[in-house]
Amino acid sequence: MRTLLRVEHLTKDFSTHGGETYRAVDDVSFSLGFHEKMAVIGESGSGKTTLARMITRLTEATSGQIFLEEENITRAKGHNLRNIYQKMQMVFQMPVDSFDSRRRLGDGIAESLINRGMKKAEAWEEAERLLGECGLGKEFLTRYPHEVSGGQCQRAAIARALAIQPKLLILDEATSALDMTVQKEILGLLDSLQEDRDMSYLFICHDLALVQAFCDRMIVMQKGKIVEEGTTDQVIRHPKHAYTKMLMDSVL
Amino acid sequence: MKKSRKQRNIVKFRLVVFASLAGLLILFSLFSDKLCPMDPYLQDLSNAKAAPSFVHPLGTDRYGRDMLSRIIVGSKTSIFSTLLLVTFISVFGSMIGLICGWFENTIDVILMRIADMFLAFPGLVFALAVAAVLGGGLQNAIIALAAISWPKYARLARSQTLTQKKATYIKAARLAGDSDWKLIVRHILPNIMGPILVTAVLDIGTMMMELAGLSFLGLGAKPPIAEWGSMMSETRNLLTTQPWVTLSPGIAIFISVVIFNLFGEAVRDWLDPKNGRS
Repeated sequence: MRTLLRVEHLTKDFSTHGGETYRAVDDVSFSLGFHEKMAVIGESGSGKTTLARMITRLTEATSGQIFLEEENITRAKGHNLRNIYQKMQMVFQMPVDSFDSRRRLGDGIAESLINRGMKKAEAWEEAERLLGECGLGKEFLTRYPHEVSGGQCQRAAIARALAIQPKLLILDEATSALDMTVQKEILGLLDSLQEDRDMSYLFICHDLALVQAFCDRMIVMQKGKIVEEGTTDQVIRHPKHAYTKMLMDSVL
Repeated sequence: MKKSRKQRNIVKFRLVVFASLAGLLILFSLFSDKLCPMDPYLQDLSNAKAAPSFVHPLGTDRYGRDMLSRIIVGSKTSIFSTLLLVTFISVFGSMIGLICGWFENTIDVILMRIADMFLAFPGLVFALAVAAVLGGGLQNAIIALAAISWPKYARLARSQTLTQKKATYIKAARLAGDSDWKLIVRHILPNIMGPILVTAVLDIGTMMMELAGLSFLGLGAKPPIAEWGSMMSETRNLLTTQPWVTLSPGIAIFISVVIFNLFGEAVRDWLDPKNGRS
């Protein structure tokens, strides 16, 4: 299988106020193929979100390398980095917070298109089409983030992420803030989007049941380290590590 | 809790009323040259210290100049220097604060320590010292007051920027391909404007008083320029014999400060997120 994303020995240290360093992500390596859905699972504080932020370059990695389509993006900056964002997008946990509260949803969705030189009218037409693809009518273009429900806002956030047709979509607890039925709808949407577009998902989550329903492969993280890796079925049927077993038990 | 529609309407009504009053005051001072009934600088010693009459509704000062005309003309000096001052300090201070908050580097440390230095002195005393060193004059009084008041805006803009830049929507906008410049102009600035605007409008009254204060002490507008603070100062020993010449510029200051303060409070209430306005 061809590799889309490859992460090698990625490590992140945070310095605490006491002057000590806290290792949030510790020597993490994995790779993600084209058209693959991989989950990163672990309890809060296990370093999942830090890992996602390092891959999207919102946080600087302390050491290690990140390759996207074999291009080393670990230290990409400025114009280079903005080009990389055309291949990689992220959906955040809190949909409402991920939109500027003073701007309409349409402004947020069209922003990346306008940044790439598209005219405003065209970008808004495209935004309308994207919203439709994500199951929302065009009336949502002119709504403000606090005027729509969490599920609707997350659909708009997915539309925004899809706008520049990324190859990799990182979903950072993208369904955690939504209630059960809406979670299901969003996952169904992501599944059908993957059929239509050639995308890979990195699905960061703490809910084992969701992962089982949605992902091909998973890695389990604890205290910044990968403790177990494999296909979803394999890990869930035959967990090897004590921590994975504990996660399983907490579900049942 | 969101306010009811009725409360929101009251807030809006107050805003409209005080904005119009403040606007009228500014318009009035803008056309003050044309509005005053007599030449405010024409001396008529035979008619000095006259009591209010039909010809001189507010009397005349010790040189026989018509007080009403002087107060009308003085509004231009007082109000426009204050507006100039507040605009300058709020724009300049906020820019400094925005840069400091956004980059959070050595420049931030240096600029903020400089701001601390300015804040360490008691405000008006420091302004007095600056004005005394620079010499009197309206322009120097404005410089002196600007020197003591910009750090307030720098600190406010900095703390607002620090909060906003950590927000998720900034991360999302970065992923949408916004450069630092676009992030600041499109997202940070509109989101930090509210509190800065409120502070600036509420500052108009304070600055008007401080400017008049410096003029009263002889460090602001110089005679014969009509300015309310210096007019009070010139005539203060007439307070017991001809009180109207001292009191009328004082009342003019009082009315203007009250109007601008009420306008500021109305803007604050209107921008209050609890007001339920998007």
